[in-house]
Amino acid sequence: MNKLNFLQPDKNNIYTYLYTGVILVVLSIFIVFFNSFFNKDIVSFLPGPISFFLPLILGFIGLHLIRIDYSGYKFLDAINKNINTNNFNAFLSLLIVFVIIKSLPPLLSWFILDANIAGDSKDVCTGSGACWTYIKIWFNRFMYGMYPNPEQWRINLSFIALAFLGCVGFFATEKFKKYLTLYYVVVYPIIAFFFIFFFISGGPIFFDFSYGIIAAIISIILGFFIPSKFKMYYFIIVPITIYILLKYVFFYEELIELGKLEALEWVETGAWGGLSLTFIVSFFCLIFCFPIGLFLSLGRRSDLPIIKYISIGMIEFWRGVPLITVLFMSSVMFPMFLPEDMFIDKLVRVIIAISLFEAAYVAEVIRGGLQALPRGQYDAAKSLGMGYWKMHILVILPQALKLVIPGIANTFLALVKDTPLIFVVGLLEIVGMLNLAKTNPEWLGFAMEGYVFASVLFFIICYAMSKYSYNLEQKYKTER
Amino acid sequence: MNIKKILPQILTLLVVILVFGFFSYNAQINMENRGITFGYGFLSQESSFDVQFSLIEYDGSHSYFRAYLVGLLNTILVSVIGIIFATIIGVVVGIARLSNNYLINRTASIYVEFFRNIPLLLQIFFWYFAALRALPLPQDTEPMFGVFFLTIKGFFVPAFVWNNLDIFIYSIIAAIISIIFVRIYARKKQENEGIQTPVLSISIGLLLILPILSFLFGGVDASVEIPVIKQLSQSGFTFEGGIKLPPELISLALALSLYTATFIAECVRAGVQGVSKGQKEAAASIGLTPNQVLKLVVMPQALRIIIPPTTNQYLNLTKNSSLAAAIAYPDLVLVFAGTALMQTGRAIEIVSITMLTYLSLSISISIFMNWYNKKIAIKEK
Repeated sequence: MNKLNFLQPDKNNIYTYLYTGVILVVLSIFIVFFNSFFNKDIVSFLPGPISFFLPLILGFIGLHLIRIDYSGYKFLDAINKNINTNNFNAFLSLLIVFVIIKSLPPLLSWFILDANIAGDSKDVCTGSGACWTYIKIWFNRFMYGMYPNPEQWRINLSFIALAFLGCVGFFATEKFKKYLTLYYVVVYPIIAFFFIFFFISGGPIFFDFSYGIIAAIISIILGFFIPSKFKMYYFIIVPITIYILLKYVFFYEELIELGKLEALEWVETGAWGGLSLTFIVSFFCLIFCFPIGLFLSLGRRSDLPIIKYISIGMIEFWRGVPLITVLFMSSVMFPMFLPEDMFIDKLVRVIIAISLFEAAYVAEVIRGGLQALPRGQYDAAKSLGMGYWKMHILVILPQALKLVIPGIANTFLALVKDTPLIFVVGLLEIVGMLNLAKTNPEWLGFAMEGYVFASVLFFIICYAMSKYSYNLEQKYKTER
Repeated sequence: MNIKKILPQILTLLVVILVFGFFSYNAQINMENRGITFGYGFLSQESSFDVQFSLIEYDGSHSYFRAYLVGLLNTILVSVIGIIFATIIGVVVGIARLSNNYLINRTASIYVEFFRNIPLLLQIFFWYFAALRALPLPQDTEPMFGVFFLTIKGFFVPAFVWNNLDIFIYSIIAAIISIIFVRIYARKKQENEGIQTPVLSISIGLLLILPILSFLFGGVDASVEIPVIKQLSQSGFTFEGGIKLPPELISLALALSLYTATFIAECVRAGVQGVSKGQKEAAASIGLTPNQVLKLVVMPQALRIIIPPTTNQYLNLTKNSSLAAAIAYPDLVLVFAGTALMQTGRAIEIVSITMLTYLSLSISISIFMNWYNKKIAIKEK
């Protein structure tokens, strides 16, 4: 039997140290667990400060005793390596474990145990926990804003179609994906332009939007059978043709006049809201800000002085001001710059403002990628006789964009997180709807539930986006 | 010079001039129709509105320019508070993310992932409307350490009442200047003779000794004024004396610092990870102690990576502080682009001043950053 030295546990008396240590650690966790879940202090016979710090002291000694290097037990070694490397680490680990145990019961009871979800009025919320009934009742409003209930299927349809488009892109072959990308970047904004154009003039918005989506789906399905030689032209011409056909030839004109089809109700943009508006705004800004940013970044690196300085001025101006003042400008100052009889819908103004704002950030990110490319790439492309555009489209941009995927993803994330700011012009997306619901006299006092709900939603959206960008980055990573 | 280079430039210039011309022509007509003339003369007019929280003396009889200053100072106040706390939290969390302790590492990364994926506006609303509303009323408040009162009406902290404050400030400035000299001297000595001077302890000593001297010999004198509860009406209570930090300021500073700290943490992590392992091993192999390795080899290289993006985050924080308008904290946007604009109706002038203020702030910082980047860039031969 070797001599026991409790200050320096070693391998010789490993069982003695191990048993004592494990018992102490388990005891300390048990004390905290009992205290937090059953609200009973089992060491209350000790004086106050000692009973408060006792679990910490016990656990600390216990962890010290089981800190034996190369013990030969895999599990023990893993614990020592990960949470118990030295005294300071052991102390912090214990603290974190205790805080987690301590905070579990109140969180559990607020979220689940004492929470209410049954019923459909405020009266059922009697417990001390969350009132999920509030979310349940207001769910429709949080998703669609003031959009009239019977018309909400239009929003649903548009988003389902969009998701379908996304799925097609996801399962398509590598070669086909190239054209799909072109499709998303070039064709979709054109359809989107039609969409926005018609809703300025007061046309039935989602009608147009769903035509665009239908055109997109049909053209993608047909696209599988088109020889790849013509695909580039195909994906620009066909969807627009189908769209125009749908709008002016088959449905809109004839069927309504014949009375076979009722025109959809026009819903003004002020009534749009909730999470769907968040998506709509982010989607359009995302589409618009990328090409603008691309051109700005190319302009900034151009050797034509006027274009260069105009680009620099644009980029630095938008990057230098907060988004909220840009929105202020678009809502109070911009109408002063237009002729009296010209009116642009506020949703369009907001989308333009946010797109320009984010485009400046996208431009700086892309510039980083352009600068990171070695000069040799430019020289090689030029020596092959390529002109400016050919060089950039075929050689420079594919490499530069690959490099800046994380940066662009971060900018897009920032864009999604900036959408709640549109409350400045009176558009209420989900955060705005929460603030509206909070002031409803029948539902006072449930601010916490609403904000927690929205936080979880945003967290899921943004986290999924950032994980997706990480995957993309890994996929396109090439060794240089 | 060929036509291929000149033509696109002329076209772009033409488009820009046309757009600007169109806008200014319309603006002129619109202003004529509304009977207002363009000009900044209104800045000296009496503002006749009140601001609930200001650092300088202000009421309705002061000018619009003074209102602008009030807003600007409030923006600066919340930005400085936010920057200080964001840096502290960010550095701690960034180092925690590098820890080899699994629990600490995980906790830090959960914090980062959670707080940076939620819109800042939502966080501000959460703290203001949900978290701080759960605080007790003034009459039910238990004091923290006997002198701090955290209530639903704000955070009441003791105030210092100073005599000869200027001498005290001079002493601190003198301390800072002498610290700078000590650092320069220590650096020279390190480079020439290889001898290290204990700069940190000398700096702390100077910072302590000079102000104490000012207390002893300079006639500086400070007393503490503790907030005392006072009854206004039957159920209305408030605190008197001390400094009141309004709940808007607290929730804004809290949200800004917790949000920005996640980005700073990532900068710190990237910076420390960016220093290659070989540097540390090389430093250790020539016999430097772990502290010296950190101070002389790792930190100077890590800071080179950390500082530029962190400054960018500071700038973002300052710009994000304009979200104050959403919870009615009287910052530049709310006071000037909000209330003053509503009263005067001078949209173009006021929005342009507000934007120019932020713009000049960011541009001056980015000029400074470019200069700094050039200075610290590795000089390769």
